[in-house]
Amino acid sequence: MGLKDKLMELQQKALEEISSAEDLKKINDIRVNLLGKKGPITEVLRGMRDLPKEERPNVGSFANKVRDELTNAITERKDRIEALKTAKRLEEEKIDVTLPGVPVKAGQPHIIMQVIDQIEKLFLGMGYQVVDGPEIEEDHYNFEMMNLPKDHPARDMQDTFYLTDNNLLMRTQTSPVQARTMEKHDFSKGPLKMISPGKVYRRDTDDATHSHQFHQIEGLVLDKHITMADLKGTLQLIARTIFGEEREIRLRPSYFPFTEPSVEVDVSCFKCNGNGCSVCKDTGWIEVLGAGMVHPNVLKISGIDADVYGGFAFGLGPDRFAMLKYGVDDIREFYLNDVRFLKQFSQRG
Amino acid sequence: MKISTKWLSDYVNIDVEPQVLAEKIERTAVEVDDAYRLEKGLKKIVVGETLEVKNHPNSDHLHVCQVNVGAEEPLQIVCGAPNIAAHQKVIVALPNSRIADNVKIKRGKMRGEVSEGMICALQEIGFSESVVPKEFVEGIYVLPAEAEPGKPVYPYLGMDEDIIDLDVTPNRADMLSMRGTAYELAAIYDKKVSLPTPAIKETAAEKTADYVEVTADSDLASTYLMRVIKNVTIKESPMWLQKRLWNAGVRPINNVVDVTNYILMDYGQPLHSFDYDKISGKQITVRLAKAGEQLTTIDEQKRELSAADIVIADEKGPIALAGTMGGQDTAIDEKTTTVALEAAVFNPSLVRKTARKYNLHSEASMRFERGINRQTVAEALDAAAQLIADLGEGEITAGIAQGALENIASVEVKITLTKINKVLGTKLTSEDVEDIFRRLGFGVKVDQDLFTVSISPRRWDISIAADLIEEVARIYGYDNLPATLPTGELVPGHYTHVQKMIRETRQIMEAAGLTQAVSYGLTTAAKAKSFLMQPSEITQLSFPMSSDRTTVRMNLISGLLDDVAYNVARKVNDVALYEQGRVFYREEGISRPTEVEHIAGALTGLFETATWHDAKIPVDFFLTKGIVEHMLYSLGITTGIRFVQTTEHQEMHPGRTADIYVEDKYLGFVGEVHPTVAKEYHIDRTYVFELDLQKIVEMPKQSEIYTPVSKYPAITRDVALAVAKTVENDAIINAIKKTSGKDLAKVELFDVYEGKHIAADYKSLAYKLTYQNKEKTLLDEEVTKDFNKVVAKLKEEFNVEIR
Repeated sequence: MGLKDKLMELQQKALEEISSAEDLKKINDIRVNLLGKKGPITEVLRGMRDLPKEERPNVGSFANKVRDELTNAITERKDRIEALKTAKRLEEEKIDVTLPGVPVKAGQPHIIMQVIDQIEKLFLGMGYQVVDGPEIEEDHYNFEMMNLPKDHPARDMQDTFYLTDNNLLMRTQTSPVQARTMEKHDFSKGPLKMISPGKVYRRDTDDATHSHQFHQIEGLVLDKHITMADLKGTLQLIARTIFGEEREIRLRPSYFPFTEPSVEVDVSCFKCNGNGCSVCKDTGWIEVLGAGMVHPNVLKISGIDADVYGGFAFGLGPDRFAMLKYGVDDIREFYLNDVRFLKQFSQRG
Repeated sequence: MKISTKWLSDYVNIDVEPQVLAEKIERTAVEVDDAYRLEKGLKKIVVGETLEVKNHPNSDHLHVCQVNVGAEEPLQIVCGAPNIAAHQKVIVALPNSRIADNVKIKRGKMRGEVSEGMICALQEIGFSESVVPKEFVEGIYVLPAEAEPGKPVYPYLGMDEDIIDLDVTPNRADMLSMRGTAYELAAIYDKKVSLPTPAIKETAAEKTADYVEVTADSDLASTYLMRVIKNVTIKESPMWLQKRLWNAGVRPINNVVDVTNYILMDYGQPLHSFDYDKISGKQITVRLAKAGEQLTTIDEQKRELSAADIVIADEKGPIALAGTMGGQDTAIDEKTTTVALEAAVFNPSLVRKTARKYNLHSEASMRFERGINRQTVAEALDAAAQLIADLGEGEITAGIAQGALENIASVEVKITLTKINKVLGTKLTSEDVEDIFRRLGFGVKVDQDLFTVSISPRRWDISIAADLIEEVARIYGYDNLPATLPTGELVPGHYTHVQKMIRETRQIMEAAGLTQAVSYGLTTAAKAKSFLMQPSEITQLSFPMSSDRTTVRMNLISGLLDDVAYNVARKVNDVALYEQGRVFYREEGISRPTEVEHIAGALTGLFETATWHDAKIPVDFFLTKGIVEHMLYSLGITTGIRFVQTTEHQEMHPGRTADIYVEDKYLGFVGEVHPTVAKEYHIDRTYVFELDLQKIVEMPKQSEIYTPVSKYPAITRDVALAVAKTVENDAIINAIKKTSGKDLAKVELFDVYEGKHIAADYKSLAYKLTYQNKEKTLLDEEVTKDFNKVVAKLKEEFNVEIR
């Protein structure tokens, strides 16, 4: 049998072996046995020495061809085995993707704080400062500087928790923060634009619509040329930020001792779009806040020249906003902190 | 203030639908509580005439009545009212009618007798009991004799009138009268008012001065007037007056009292009528009460007066509390024949104090407090006197007894057009503004830009330019204002450092898995004093509303435990809450507390519940401590944090509580709530922490500078030590760090064991030491050398045994 025949027989046998190999180890063994230094092909090639010189190139190139073909066959088979192995593994690793995901432990802000945050961000963006003040106030700042002297009938509108020292009280509004800021403000450094969020207290019996503790955000802008139209535009922005872009507002005359003119502000009903529903009591409008142009007396008490400076103020209740926006029908829910209540308001943005 | 549009139409002609009118009032003047018509929703309620009333055969109180309702045949109706009688005109709800609250009346049988409808009381057809005349409160209402059987009852009772209920703000007390409201509506609709003025007919023969002499301190009563009406017959008022009163929300009583109430509603002028014959002497004085004086008011309460109360006194003593309530002894009754009628303006702040002190807030006191039209005091008195005389066939004595009389003039206020437009952001013309002032009934002089506006005393709320701007704005209409934003120098808004840190802290807590709670700032004294971080006096309310809310909080934990208890009571057993808020510390002798921002948390039950995927994670000390550490690290406090075992907190578990320090600064504590305290709250094991957030915020932050990551491999060594239980981890860590040489990068505790594989008083602590050098690859021998030093030190210092 010539070398060529030997090679062909070898190739035939090897190809059969390769195609029947089932795992990577086996195929690796075949490769080492077949193509290694001690393998049969090398053996054959070694026998070339005995061939006549003129036959050597022919047999040599044939032998190389066989080796290449076998190498290819081995690679192909190896790829195939790997593909099968991967396919098997993927098949085995199949899971039920409808099993629940692992819950991410995350707490969340209180719903009232979410409302306050939203409003703070709106006003920071418009160049307002956020100013904090004491929750225990002097009568002077809470009332007198707000144009509410001791016997003023409007004090009845705000029933007050006085402390045992009767000059001190739980603030009934966050406006005293305005009084404290106005007293100190230096107009040469620019206009005064501020909001003051925080807790306030009223001497009320707690029920579904009353709470002895709630929150307020007061806003104040003072400059040389602030108009009531500016107030209207600002209030419109608040309404649209909290209750949606399509909202309209309307102003109605009202009374607060610290503003003149004073207005009550209604927002078009976001539940029924003004068609009438239980939220707006069929009027299409919901009362959301109070506002007005700062009363000249308030400016004077704070030592500001009311002939030069003026501006607007507003006061809104985050509790009321949250109740309206989320349909909460009992204000006490905000302060009882039932986890099932708190966890409901987890949407951001 | 309930306004009947029918009454209103006597004074001003406004021809719009009541709902439209209500809306207009709300948009231009004051809030409207309600706009209604009593007959609305009622059906088939007619006048009936009782032809025959017999006792029901099967009842001791029912009657069987034959009632003419204008049909050919009378209806048989069973009625239980005690005051039913034959030949009365009554209110009949026919079969298939609807009475108040949408109740349907059907034909039926009552104890065997057919009843074709119902004879009604006023309350049953929608009247508030507070306006029903006393004699009809317990029974059916009897209509006037001229009522025609079969006709709807509504016009007879004024139920066909539209009522607009105004919620008048304190500044618009001018609208607490029909006349004031008429002026307002005339301005809104640009109409003219036509107000009747009284034509008083006095009896020349008798002089008021012969009956009474009045003196008044003008500081107490700036105006005090009195008239006397003689030979009055006390009786029921005519229907027109009764209807006006009950439609205004006032119960009719008798012709004299009704007139005073009617004039109160009409002019807004409170009046008081005395039974002249019960007054001692003829000298009447308006003065402050003297200490020890007493007065029994018409509500039969005997009141101890004080020197802050204005009283009307006769020669014996007080006969009325000025502006709030009259005295029982001089009240009008059915035998009264001579009426002394008072019209006055009392000092508002004194009336307010008296009304508050005795809780006697009335229609009269409210008007005195908020102000009344001081120009029409005498006119209202005349109108009342004349009406009493007319209705009671009496005679008015000649002249008014006058204790004080204020001279009232119009007020002048100046304002420029420029100012109006500047404040409102409008482009109104001089004509626009002048027209608005004219509509409001103000006198106005225009001099180029300047308006000089003369305001009648009926609008006493207007005294400064800002008031006029409001008048212009609301009559012009707020809807017509443009909507703009403030312009001018733009200063960027930003949170202060403290505000930013507080808000960051909240987010850190939430990211760590805690949900924000907002609890009550007012609590009990006991709770306020618990879980204290520093000694403090309590701060209390002078008149709390409830015993649960008397004291300002001095810690956040007790509020959070209330929240935990609320949840646990509702079977929510896994709670992880935090609160950020203020506590109030007070020093002895100083009444104002300081307010300090705190952060606190409370955790109970499972932190993570078991899922199909993971095991449960119960809350414990170390989980809670981890949250505190995470917060401190995130806020830039990375070094010097110490947790020191403490038994000082009474409300905390003495073996499971640590005080938290950074260097020597005390920040707060963390630990398990004392089981006894937990039991008081009815809660299970609960872990809490509370820290002074203000101190944290003020602490210097570790600056964040990049440290290059070593390129060279790290080598680790593990060591397990058996040590006495009393030895704290911190001590061992410190010893390791101190002895380990410069290449120790990290030391971690990775296992703690106590149990049967170790002696009873011992525990096993296992540490992983990581060595790394930034410049070179460490050799095994170098590390071993360093490590052995550490081990030797631990053996020497803590007598440890290497396991």
